[in-house]
Amino acid sequence: MLAYIFRRLLFAIPILIGVNLITFALFFIVNTPDDMARMQLGVKRVTPEAIEKWKVERGYDKPLFVNSAVDGLSTVTNTIFFEKSARMFIGDFGRAEDGRDIAREISARMLPSLAIALPTFILGLFVTITLALVLAFFRATAFDFWGVVICVAMMSISGLFYIIGGQYLISKVWRLVPISGFGDGLDAWRFLILPVVIGVVSGIGSSARWYRTIFLEEVNKDYVRTARAKGLPETLVFFRHILRNALIPILTGVVVVIPLLFMGSLLTESFFGIPGLGSYTIDAINAQDFAVVRSMVFIGSVLYIVGLILTDISYTLVDPRIRFS
Amino acid sequence: MTGFQIVVLWSDVLVWLLLAAGIGLGVLISKSPPLLAAWRRVGANRMGMASATILLAFLLIGLLDSLHYRVALDGKPGEKTQYGIEVLSLLDALAAPLRTKNEKTYSAPFATRLYAKETVDVPGLGAVREFPRLKHGGSHLGEREDEVLADAGFTAFRLAVLSLLAWLAVVAAVATRVGATANTAADIAVDGSGWQKIWRGETVFAWNAVLATLGLLLIVVVPLFYLSGQYHVFGTDKVGQDVLYQILKSVRTALIIGLVTTLVMLPMAVLLGIVAGYFRGWVDDVIQYLYTVLNSIPGVLLIAAAVLMMQVVIDSHPEWFATAAERADLRLLALCFILGITSWTGLCRLLRGETLKLRELEYIQAAQAFGVSSWRIILRHILPNLMHIVIIALVMDFSGLVLAEAVLSYVGIGVDPTMTSFGTMINNARMELGREPVVWWSLAAAFSAMFILVLAANLFADAVRDAFDPRAA
Repeated sequence: MLAYIFRRLLFAIPILIGVNLITFALFFIVNTPDDMARMQLGVKRVTPEAIEKWKVERGYDKPLFVNSAVDGLSTVTNTIFFEKSARMFIGDFGRAEDGRDIAREISARMLPSLAIALPTFILGLFVTITLALVLAFFRATAFDFWGVVICVAMMSISGLFYIIGGQYLISKVWRLVPISGFGDGLDAWRFLILPVVIGVVSGIGSSARWYRTIFLEEVNKDYVRTARAKGLPETLVFFRHILRNALIPILTGVVVVIPLLFMGSLLTESFFGIPGLGSYTIDAINAQDFAVVRSMVFIGSVLYIVGLILTDISYTLVDPRIRFS
Repeated sequence: MTGFQIVVLWSDVLVWLLLAAGIGLGVLISKSPPLLAAWRRVGANRMGMASATILLAFLLIGLLDSLHYRVALDGKPGEKTQYGIEVLSLLDALAAPLRTKNEKTYSAPFATRLYAKETVDVPGLGAVREFPRLKHGGSHLGEREDEVLADAGFTAFRLAVLSLLAWLAVVAAVATRVGATANTAADIAVDGSGWQKIWRGETVFAWNAVLATLGLLLIVVVPLFYLSGQYHVFGTDKVGQDVLYQILKSVRTALIIGLVTTLVMLPMAVLLGIVAGYFRGWVDDVIQYLYTVLNSIPGVLLIAAAVLMMQVVIDSHPEWFATAAERADLRLLALCFILGITSWTGLCRLLRGETLKLRELEYIQAAQAFGVSSWRIILRHILPNLMHIVIIALVMDFSGLVLAEAVLSYVGIGVDPTMTSFGTMINNARMELGREPVVWWSLAAAFSAMFILVLAANLFADAVRDAFDPRAA
């Protein structure tokens, strides 16, 4: 098992290098640092000196890959690629436009993101699996038909509508919870409840329908027929046999996003004013803070790859037929 | 008669190219019995055909909005004619009253007065704070302002009756055609006439669903469009622009995002997926590596990074674009391209897996034994057997892309802010629900239009999937 995990981790390295190269190409080769400087400084009042100063302040004045001006190992290390891209591997993300250390900012903002994303994830999973199970239980009835119709209608509604409408109805008209904001400690629940509920509701349509098809695929399999032939009541067949086996395909889709929960959700966090990583990314996009966006891309990829590895491991845990090979 | 200059935007080219490709594909499909049979199954699906009718209506709006021109400015005779910087489309020409009849600021649907009080000079009374009369909305009523409901209701009723008559004519035409297959009076006596067949849903093609949707569409849309010349049927936004006009313009943006993106993604996904699955070995390794890397970057972040970089490129080369419309257009296409790059991996993986299975089948091995070249095998034997996956993926992606556009534009990494789209409409109206009193019509209109489009696309996609997926049968 350990050897398997170790090998999976080794596989992740070339992928991370690829991600790193792509982001580097996107941020430094598609546009030269001069272009970025012009963008940041404003197109009108820009002088060559101002551009040069901007580049020196951020360390963008160096050559891209090979610095022939210095000797020894520095020819490789004293370059934009090494300082801005390669150093991300050791968790050094440099500084944002406002001068703050990006790595520290990220670690501080992870918790608020997680405070929203984790309850949404768990509650959402519970609600959608339950709904899908009920729909599959009443399959081929009017209840199932209209349930699916409602699911399709719900997944056709823009995520923005759920947020805007929910904020309007619950916070403005009914005045149940504050419209946005974030608090420390136990007080935070008042701020958390609305984004979590909206997050769960907006996910119901597509997930419930998807899980329902997974359940329906299991319903007609031989082991289910055997269970029924033994005389098991239908409820027991569903909860003891179908649910367990259907969890395997559900697991693959679900485990991969667990590490990404740290990143938070762009939309939810910006609407509800939650100081997490999602709103950090949005602010960076609006302020055209290239260093922050670059770091977020890299971290997102790392978390995704961790998710893939976790998926493989969880697979081997729940399905005894799969061996580590 | 003022002259005009035809402007061909890149997205227009792609839209018409797509239409041509669609027609070409239709001709090809009609020659391939299995695909034709699958499409016949789609045609028999009532829900699918009803939504297809609605999608066609949207498509028509989008196509009308894809023929662009610039109007010549009135210059002195003898001078070289100058053209206005505003790029208009055929839809703009058809909906000219909607585009030009702007108010000062917010006004509610069917309102005759502005939504905000202003200080107005009334002769004899001096300055009075009141809701000023709209310049265009309900102006034909003159003093009879309180008769809006009666006037609009009566007009709507008259037009609904008229469109009902038009609809009956269409039904009659279809019924004659359906009935024409019955040759003798005896056949009619047994099968019933065309009318009866349609009514009972006995036609192979789901005519009853199409006609019912068409009737509903006509009864709603015709009065709405007629009334929109007299009132602002969906109200006006902050700068007094008609909301209905913005909705109409948003349709094209949504369609382009949904269709052109798949056009970008498709060749890449199909080619790389098949090649990886067929040749295996190092080709497979390279392609797998490529899509794993691209797939590892969370979609939104990759799009954000790419769009930011594209913005820098566009801003540092203002000389590339003659008009603002061209710049917005190119940005839209770049967005489609970026979305395409980030979304081809799923389909590619699917096709690779399917090709791996197909290449082990006997008929492929027979072809190989005959010495048929690899590319020929791929083209003639593998690609046709993957078509159902491609078609399902195509229709399934569309609705997701339309929804994604709204979110991306909201986040600020979507279409150009000057380009009307559902996302920019929602973004501009985001604070309106927080106002006192609430301004709800912009958001409501944008969300409803998007909902109808996406719902129709989803239902149609379901019908297509049910018809093409061999496992479903």
